[in-house]
Amino acid sequence: MGLPRPEELISDVNLKKMPSKAWMDTLPVEFKPGFYCYGAKGKNLEYVGFPNARDFHVTDPDWKLPEDWKKTVIEGIKQRIERFRTFHVFMDICVRCGACADKCHFFIGTGDPKNMPVLRAELLRSVYRKYFTSSGKIFGRNGGARDLDLDVLKELWYYFYQCTECRRCSLFCPYGIDTAEITIIARELLNLLGLNTDWISGPVANCYRTGNHLGIEPHTMKSTLEFMCNDIEDITGIRIEPPINKKGAEILFVTPSGDLFADPGIYNCMGYLMLFHELGLDYTWSTFASEGGNFGFFTSLEMAKRLHSKIYEEAKRLGVKWILGGECGHMWRVWHQYHNTWFGPVDFLEEPVSPITGTKFEHAKSNKIVHISEFTADLIKHGILKFDKSRNDNLIVTFHDSCNVSRGMGMFEEPRYIIKNVCNHFYEMPDETIREQTFCCGSGSGLNAGEIMEQRMRGGFPRANAVRYVHEKFGVNLLANICAIDRAALPPLMNYWVPGVRVSGVTELVANAMIMKGEKEREMNLRMEPLPGKEVE
Amino acid sequence: MATIEFKGKQIELDEDGYIQNLDDWSPELAEFLAQGDGITLTEQHWEVINFLRDYYQKYQIAPMIKILVKEMAKAFGPDKGNTKYLYALFPDGPAKQACRYAGLPKPTGCV
Repeated sequence: MGLPRPEELISDVNLKKMPSKAWMDTLPVEFKPGFYCYGAKGKNLEYVGFPNARDFHVTDPDWKLPEDWKKTVIEGIKQRIERFRTFHVFMDICVRCGACADKCHFFIGTGDPKNMPVLRAELLRSVYRKYFTSSGKIFGRNGGARDLDLDVLKELWYYFYQCTECRRCSLFCPYGIDTAEITIIARELLNLLGLNTDWISGPVANCYRTGNHLGIEPHTMKSTLEFMCNDIEDITGIRIEPPINKKGAEILFVTPSGDLFADPGIYNCMGYLMLFHELGLDYTWSTFASEGGNFGFFTSLEMAKRLHSKIYEEAKRLGVKWILGGECGHMWRVWHQYHNTWFGPVDFLEEPVSPITGTKFEHAKSNKIVHISEFTADLIKHGILKFDKSRNDNLIVTFHDSCNVSRGMGMFEEPRYIIKNVCNHFYEMPDETIREQTFCCGSGSGLNAGEIMEQRMRGGFPRANAVRYVHEKFGVNLLANICAIDRAALPPLMNYWVPGVRVSGVTELVANAMIMKGEKEREMNLRMEPLPGKEVE
Repeated sequence: MATIEFKGKQIELDEDGYIQNLDDWSPELAEFLAQGDGITLTEQHWEVINFLRDYYQKYQIAPMIKILVKEMAKAFGPDKGNTKYLYALFPDGPAKQACRYAGLPKPTGCV
């Protein structure tokens, strides 16, 4: 990928260096290869009816904007100030104390002052002040305000597509300003002009067309699940027939489509299949609601709603009682923090109850979806599953809290409880890098494209650094997580910073240790590598 | 985005060199794209490219690597059904490089 060696990459970063110019005087922004995603393709924007659909090339001087683009953005800010009280408050109350400055993984990894959350937000605040506050209108630059021109627009684009919406900064803000919300709005404004990225708009169009980001069609999904079941049979001797689009099933299972395609997510997917089979769960996959993630959430809230609603449409069509969700990150942010505001409580499903343990998932009363880690932890707590932990004895495990699940929905304990019950060797990374203080993978919110690799490796550095610590201290060789972007993004991050550490979902570990009824003596793990003690000499 | 001229026809490529219009593909174009990387396509390369194209026709997506490896092993034996062999043929990775020569779009999302 043409990156410098790791030690060289980080050696030029100096977080204490004073910039030589005031931040407003540093335009135009330089689009450095490796630091930005490719622009959207017109056909993908057009497919979902996004504005200004045309092929957009970031480094072209002419962004082919509509003539009245400036008016569109200012009007867009106005509408959002009126619609979202949070946004209005976040634009006004920042006192620029700087508590957030060094909390952002992208600032730590690049030293670029505009990656400080305070300054990233200030890029938009300065425009807001100019057009919406008296002080900005009267005092202009002295009031922290600036005109919106093409260079400013390009700067907004560059830096709001360098934020992963992880919200670590908001944790340290004395006012609780949620910079992710500011990024979300900024991206909405850019979206009004067709200024999207290829890596985000492609999956959005795919999801709208096929039900998932990758564009996996029904027969492909069926064939993929069958392929996995063949491997499961080779490993366990047990034949599984996965239920697909089964009307009247009790539970609809939804997971990110990355688990159906990408290594190592596919092993997690095999894990789901094995777990549900072992339980005799009355559930179904859907080829229509075949995506838990929601890249629409990285374009506009309206698009996110359009993609999200298909899951409930499918739940209604199939007549299930409730929904079980797989290991995904932003899917849970959408579900936990947005769903009820968008749609209100769901009135046609039942309050989720585990058919195995009878546990009522009270917290899921309104939106009727339970996280697979909550579901599995409950099974373990009730002693339903039997494990041979020694099958995971070659693994020395640590757990990466996915930002959206930890900070976004407050789930810390369940995955840890599961891992400790299925693995003998578990070590935590340092306190200030886990749970609500977790460091981002560096690739979230649709930034996991190949062309932005240098920024990803820089942004992922704080996370990798904490992994390196436990790798060197305890010999950690496996980074477990519960997010499909993590499963896609962390392997290259580990290869770059901490070679020798592999990446897996949590359910893969569960299924590997789980003793299934009628299974043959296991020789291989889910990756078809020999289990510890079963290596061929 | 770039446009290349091939046999008197303008062919659009994306930033990573994938052809934009899948109908533009021809075996000669695959040879031409490979030559651009200093690779001459051999029979071994074509075994992989043809499998990818057949799979894509059937499933409208590139196969996951695991399926590629397993199917290669089934068709051509274990010597060819392993990632080491595939990487030796396509140093940038079979998912990227072989798909590019085969004229398949690159997968996007949580991958």
